[in-house]
Amino acid sequence: MSLQPISTPDIQTQETKQAKSKSLWIEALFRLLKSKTSVIGLIIITILIITAILAPIIATHDPTTQSIPNRYQAPSGEHWLGTDELGRDIFSRIVYGTQISIRIGLIAVGISMVIGVTLGAIAGYFGRWVDQIIMRIIDIMMAFPSILLAIALVAVLGPSLTNAMIAVGIVGVPQFARIVRSAVLSVKETEFIEAARAIGGKHGRILFRHVLPNSMAPIIVQATLGIGTAILDAAGLSFLGLGAQPPTPEWGAMLSDGRAAIQNAPWVVAFPGVAIFLFVLGFNLFGDGLRDALDPKLKQ
Amino acid sequence: MSALLELKNVKKYFPLKSEKILSREKPMLKAVDGISLAVKPGETLGLVGESGCGKSTAGRVALKLLEPTEGEIWFKGENITNYKGEQLRKLRKEMQIIFQDPYASLNPRKTIEQTLAEPMKIFGMPKEERLKRIDYLLDVVGLSSYHKRRYPHEFSGGQRQRVGIARALSLEPELVICDEPVSALDVSIQAQVINLMEELQDEFNLTYIFIAHDLSVVHHISDRVAVMYLGKIVEIGEAYELYKNPKHPYTQALLSAIPETNASLEKERIILKGDLPSPANPPTGCKFHTRCPFAEEICRIQEPELKPVSEDGQMAACHFVKEVISKELVT
Repeated sequence: MSLQPISTPDIQTQETKQAKSKSLWIEALFRLLKSKTSVIGLIIITILIITAILAPIIATHDPTTQSIPNRYQAPSGEHWLGTDELGRDIFSRIVYGTQISIRIGLIAVGISMVIGVTLGAIAGYFGRWVDQIIMRIIDIMMAFPSILLAIALVAVLGPSLTNAMIAVGIVGVPQFARIVRSAVLSVKETEFIEAARAIGGKHGRILFRHVLPNSMAPIIVQATLGIGTAILDAAGLSFLGLGAQPPTPEWGAMLSDGRAAIQNAPWVVAFPGVAIFLFVLGFNLFGDGLRDALDPKLKQ
Repeated sequence: MSALLELKNVKKYFPLKSEKILSREKPMLKAVDGISLAVKPGETLGLVGESGCGKSTAGRVALKLLEPTEGEIWFKGENITNYKGEQLRKLRKEMQIIFQDPYASLNPRKTIEQTLAEPMKIFGMPKEERLKRIDYLLDVVGLSSYHKRRYPHEFSGGQRQRVGIARALSLEPELVICDEPVSALDVSIQAQVINLMEELQDEFNLTYIFIAHDLSVVHHISDRVAVMYLGKIVEIGEAYELYKNPKHPYTQALLSAIPETNASLEKERIILKGDLPSPANPPTGCKFHTRCPFAEEICRIQEPELKPVSEDGQMAACHFVKEVISKELVT
């Protein structure tokens, strides 16, 4: 087709050509950095990540070396946070535990997200009986108390840190599936999805290029908040002896080991508890900030 | 000349939630209740009616974006009613749609370039050709090529609608269904977009079905006009004739609502009583009888058919076409 372009007055394009184009993601990032609480969350998370990466440098002792004569020592210049029942340095164990906790958080949430998003997206997009079957299974999963379901799964798989991650991941699936389904349900009714059908887009293309990218905000928020929950659940499993096995310096396991001495040596349980608290707090603050930043309704 | 698109007694019912749990009968919302029309290549058919009369649904059924409940759709001499999957996707190249709300019809996470490239990608156009065509399309609709890296939220409504038009044209369709393309825009921008659409029609040989509730816009752009009421076509004819000489009482009432710019011309305003009845439970007989100033007993019982009322093909669905005209003359 060789046509002369039609000259139509272009009176609405008054802004300058230099104006920088910003995607919605970049705009959300700016909004995120404006909120104090989310910045605090971000700082906590950053410190934790740095600690995990630099653990061998930061730690003052080997986390697993035992020293029976030095057991139950109160915090001092030599052992900043004291020692546990086997004389291991608690500070070093917590520092190395950061690595494990971040790994648990990411892997467990990764498992929940992959399964949950897939199921939720399929249920929401295709609707009808597909939706009915998937969501009823999700309902059944939600009917179990999550820690009970995780215990049952670990009981089947056998107690180990890996299996605890898998169990915690599966327990988190229903949350993701529900959130994604509702997001997909609202996005799929929009006109741009109809437009995508009108230009001949196949289901896969419409789902992955149009529906899911526009359902990302709640998924990201849930993932951030989910890391906190996953850590708590995994710590709970380890506390019950179903997760990390000795001598792994996992925070939940440390709590469990120290509980017998809580009267005489409270630092053995206090400091791992504080570490779990900070970790969960950091991700929750950041997650809440993200939710506000990504919500287009709050956009000025 | 044979029709480009033909609808034969097309119906579209949407199931409603039943209030009675045990009732076998499923209540239906009769959005489109048996319409027949033919669109000739190159013409613009206006489709007007109140909100909720089924005009947008009719447009979407014609494109097969919605499955018709009953009836047949013929496109270029082929019955496409039962086209599915791949067959239907191939057809998409030839029939496109421009949406009402330019704020909702563009994916907010994609740049203009990505939005325009998508249909061409789907139909396998090589990348170089695609990029050239995007620049060309932007130029044609009055945007500049530097706009292509922007996101929809950085544009005004009129500019977005231009992008929507460019997307519809990217596959060189023959038929474009314009679903209230200007009703979401400011009046000053409406004129620009309408003019653009008219220019594009000449350049690309497009056939339009122009859906709107703004009668003056439809009058301006259409060759023929069909008036819909509660899922039915009540009158159809050449735009000029229909506006000058409406035969159906509903059309007369609609047209009398257009404000007159010439103050010296006295115009009688026909004010309809009551609201539009629910399409879930439409009146029996002539659907307009509940609000028609000329309704009589037969209107309540028998549904009037669309029949010719003049020599140039104007048709109206009213039992009293002749009487209505004579009464008009008397008053």
